[in-house]
Amino acid sequence: MSGEALSDVPPPRRRRRWPLLGLLGGAIVVFWLAMAFLGGLVAPHDAGRIVDMDVFTPMTAAFPLGTDYLGRDMLSRILHGTRYTVGVALAATLLASGSGLVLGMAAATRGGWTDLVLSRCLDTLSAMPSKMFALVVVAAFGSSVPVLVLAAGIIYTPGAYRIARSLAVGIAAMDYVRVARARGEGTAYILREEILPNMTGPVLADFGLRFVFIVLLLSGLSFLGLGVQPPNADWGSLVRENIGGLAEGAPAVLMPALAIASLTIGVNLLIDNLGGFRRRGGEGA
Amino acid sequence: MIRNALLRMVVARLALGLLSLLLVSLAVFAITSLLPGDTAQEQLGQAATPEAVAALRLQLGLDQPGWLRYLHWLGGLVSGDAGRSLVNGQPVAALIGARLPNSLLLAAATAVVSVPLALAIGISAAMWRGTAYDRGVSMLTLSIVSVPEFLVATAAVLVFAVHLRWLSALSYVSSIDSIGQFIRVFAMPVLSLCCVIVAQMVRMTRAALIDQLRAPYVEMAVLKGAGPIRVVWSHALPNAVGPIANAVALSLSYLLGGVIIVETIFNYPGIAKLMVDGVSTRDMPLVQACAMIFCAAYLFLVLAADLCAILSNPRLRHR
Repeated sequence: MSGEALSDVPPPRRRRRWPLLGLLGGAIVVFWLAMAFLGGLVAPHDAGRIVDMDVFTPMTAAFPLGTDYLGRDMLSRILHGTRYTVGVALAATLLASGSGLVLGMAAATRGGWTDLVLSRCLDTLSAMPSKMFALVVVAAFGSSVPVLVLAAGIIYTPGAYRIARSLAVGIAAMDYVRVARARGEGTAYILREEILPNMTGPVLADFGLRFVFIVLLLSGLSFLGLGVQPPNADWGSLVRENIGGLAEGAPAVLMPALAIASLTIGVNLLIDNLGGFRRRGGEGA
Repeated sequence: MIRNALLRMVVARLALGLLSLLLVSLAVFAITSLLPGDTAQEQLGQAATPEAVAALRLQLGLDQPGWLRYLHWLGGLVSGDAGRSLVNGQPVAALIGARLPNSLLLAAATAVVSVPLALAIGISAAMWRGTAYDRGVSMLTLSIVSVPEFLVATAAVLVFAVHLRWLSALSYVSSIDSIGQFIRVFAMPVLSLCCVIVAQMVRMTRAALIDQLRAPYVEMAVLKGAGPIRVVWSHALPNAVGPIANAVALSLSYLLGGVIIVETIFNYPGIAKLMVDGVSTRDMPLVQACAMIFCAAYLFLVLAADLCAILSNPRLRHR
């Protein structure tokens, strides 16, 4: 009896560490990530096949999310589109956060001219609204997946750079880094073993936030018809091509938009709770 | 002495703003005209004879070096001549001139509605922070901020135009004869834009005021027995005016992103719609000029935000 009572104690504590909303956010994110890879396999129909004579049908057992403006199955189209929305945004976020992190740490450790030149250049980049930059790039190069990844990656690098740089500057002034330097460790070692491990929490949270911004930017572009091009479609393009069904309140317009909302809100919930967990852990240590 | 220091900061900030604008113009020009292949080739298509391409290159001035073309373009912009549209040959300045007032009207209407609304919600949420009202406002604004603008706009159409049938879903600015018509035409775009802006502004206003309410002097006022309304109105709020003005200006810069989506959804004949059309037809002079207008507006709002922060900081004013 007493053994059972003891074993009952830890779960509540763990639940407090991983609040319900955080778990929910995590589950949504994991689900969409899985769909980015498996969406095409799980989808009940082929994304391009016309399966219903009727267009903009409401939700039925046969077509859980209704059909689109040509009578294609909406659930399948959303699942196929996950690859573009999540995949392209993930690639762009990796590019933005990766280059921001590398440049930020370089600026923090080298200081002097490197820092000054990098900071000025990236400040100029962030003086353009993100949508404007993306529109100008798409006007110049046309719209294709590599162009979208590059444009979104570049426009969100300054933000990642600023966070990484300020974190790295703060950590580089810590005693243990000075000790490592006095020990005669090289810059590469200090970056890898002393600075980087101490900034993973905030950098990961920033990664999630940047992912949300990029999903919103790319869906907005696709919604304008300037993002992912037909026959491929991400969630923004799905909203655009079905906008005619808005007057009927067709699920074909709402569902892709709700998919985007679920993804961005899920990431936000995950970050908020992940952040709290990390901060508390950091304070305790 | 004091005024000089303040003046120097303001002038320095203005100079920095101009420099940013210059650098942005360089970036816009570089992306749109130096990196991609050949505008002349693109315009004439693959079947064009080399002679035709060469002639058009000469006509467009593409044989000149890039920096010379940049200076030429910049000089044109400053003097109000932004070149001719590649699609219909009309002067870009005339195209923009016809659309700009519509967009400014939309932006002004949005600002007039959203600023008082956002201030009221933000300040009341900060006053009653931690209550169910505050948590509700925070949840709602966070959700609006983290979903795409077109979701907010389509949801607004669905509720107000489709279900309630209060408003029409499309805008036709040409048909305004009375105030009633004006409201019906503008309501949907303004409403959608307001949702986005108000959410941003509420979050920033609330944060700015709460920042002040945590300060020691507020605790002092509470200990002296001042009521909650007095604490907020005569102690915290005067000190929060700067940060709040800063927040308002920064939130208004979200208008620029929102207006692109909203003008497209409602088919509103504004400059953002013009630019989106320009991007899809790859009409470079038009895109360049529109991009510069948007970037200038953005930099202006950021500058205004910074100036509010500088001018309202008592430590800078009374140094």
